[in-house]
Amino acid sequence: MGKKTALYSSHLSANAKMVDFAGWEMPLHYGSQVQEHHHVRQDAGVFDVSHMTIVDAKGQEVAALLRYLLANNVDRLTSGKALYTCMLNPQGGIIDDLIVYKIRDDFFRLIVNSATHDKDLAWLNEHAKKYSITLVERTDCAMLAVQGPQVRNKLSAVFDLNDLKVILDLKPFHAVSLNSLFVARTGYTGEDGFEIILPSDEAAALWEKLIAAKIYPCGLGARDTLRLEAGLNLYGADMDETVTPLESNLAWTVAWEPKERDFIGRDALEKQRQSGVMRCLKGLVLLEPGVLRNHQKVIVEDMGEGEITSGSFSPTLNKGIALARVPHTIGAQCMVEIRGKQHRAEVIKPPFVTKNKTAGSVHISADPHSKRHNGVDVKS
Amino acid sequence: MNSVPKFLQYSKTHEWVRRDEDVLTIGITDHAQTMLGDLVYVELPEIEANLESGQECAVVESVKAAADIYAPVSGEVVEINEALFETPQLINEDPYGKGWLFKVRPYDNDTPHLLNSEQYLKQVASEAH
Repeated sequence: MGKKTALYSSHLSANAKMVDFAGWEMPLHYGSQVQEHHHVRQDAGVFDVSHMTIVDAKGQEVAALLRYLLANNVDRLTSGKALYTCMLNPQGGIIDDLIVYKIRDDFFRLIVNSATHDKDLAWLNEHAKKYSITLVERTDCAMLAVQGPQVRNKLSAVFDLNDLKVILDLKPFHAVSLNSLFVARTGYTGEDGFEIILPSDEAAALWEKLIAAKIYPCGLGARDTLRLEAGLNLYGADMDETVTPLESNLAWTVAWEPKERDFIGRDALEKQRQSGVMRCLKGLVLLEPGVLRNHQKVIVEDMGEGEITSGSFSPTLNKGIALARVPHTIGAQCMVEIRGKQHRAEVIKPPFVTKNKTAGSVHISADPHSKRHNGVDVKS
Repeated sequence: MNSVPKFLQYSKTHEWVRRDEDVLTIGITDHAQTMLGDLVYVELPEIEANLESGQECAVVESVKAAADIYAPVSGEVVEINEALFETPQLINEDPYGKGWLFKVRPYDNDTPHLLNSEQYLKQVASEAH
């Protein structure tokens, strides 16, 4: 039997199909993965993401440690702000990707992947020895992600006016502590929304309130297609220790300045930047009906081959989409081999679907002229 | 519990077969569509294709996975459900009706290797372990 989150029985009573995910028993869907996907794109959904690993790092030297361990620079953060970063090995390979919140000068919170839990903690603890800090894994907490264009409206039925104002005033990638809750305006769907960390014994009550506010329960299946449409990498599929951020469409997360800052992997990345990055991570949109899948072969005429790292079906675009690691010289199109036959795909820079922040509506970035888009109602 | 109609025959690989005089209609069972989840794409055999029993002859894909469909009998394909190309979710909504896949004129009217509903239910139960 796998590990259970504080919401395990809530999932069962909501008729979830449970699956193993990195040793956790998690909801895959509650009936229809595609319907849940549409709820988040058009309305509002809630995910149990309590399997994620929460690590609190406290102490006078915590910023010094994180400056050295992370490829992005925590000096960019003021209290209450978050950033996305990779944690690298000396070869520049990605040990994990994570979000780090600065709570105070001497208190940072890291959210790392559950599939990499053991090696991440071993790596953090090993390096923390040389610094005056303490690391505490918050196994006493649950985490909910509330995502979608209608979340802000619907939260008025969940929080009292004072708390609501604080939450709605949060800017993207900002977080605030609110009584027992830690609320951040972050997510993994490409939609506006919040991630809420709270004591495990309060999780079921908040979950009930969110469901009562017509925020739909959504499983890991929808979470995966949403993050893929949003062009967000999945650790273990789109990146691992054998590739660098520069080969993973994550060069923007590497803080090269100031030059004096030494961080693990920096030398390797500098060398790669100098000599040129031969492989890159691109988005593929299948130009024929079908579904793209992990590990399918990508053929780039005269340029060699690549491989799909995350493939699926986009419920918003009604097309097969994928992230693929391909030769950096790839042009506007390529072929993908599906069951021995080659199929044409368009090459794009992710994301596949972006939200228009001002209008709160979804803009479709890939092939806006296709008639297959007509049936998709992406207004919000 | 997924439905397993008594008037159909089944294969061990979760196809159902309905006999209408000399033509067999073939689809996937309610259990199979539930396991796959939301279907988004199908590939069907060509009309007049000659199928051999047990041969991979179609593919159904959900968001989650692709599944091969095996011909439950040997025969010639006489009709395919073209509505599925536009609306593959018919298989989820009505697996024994509008979600049928293709029709075959069998070479041999004897189908002793197919299961009845009771045998198929046992098969599903045995796979649950």
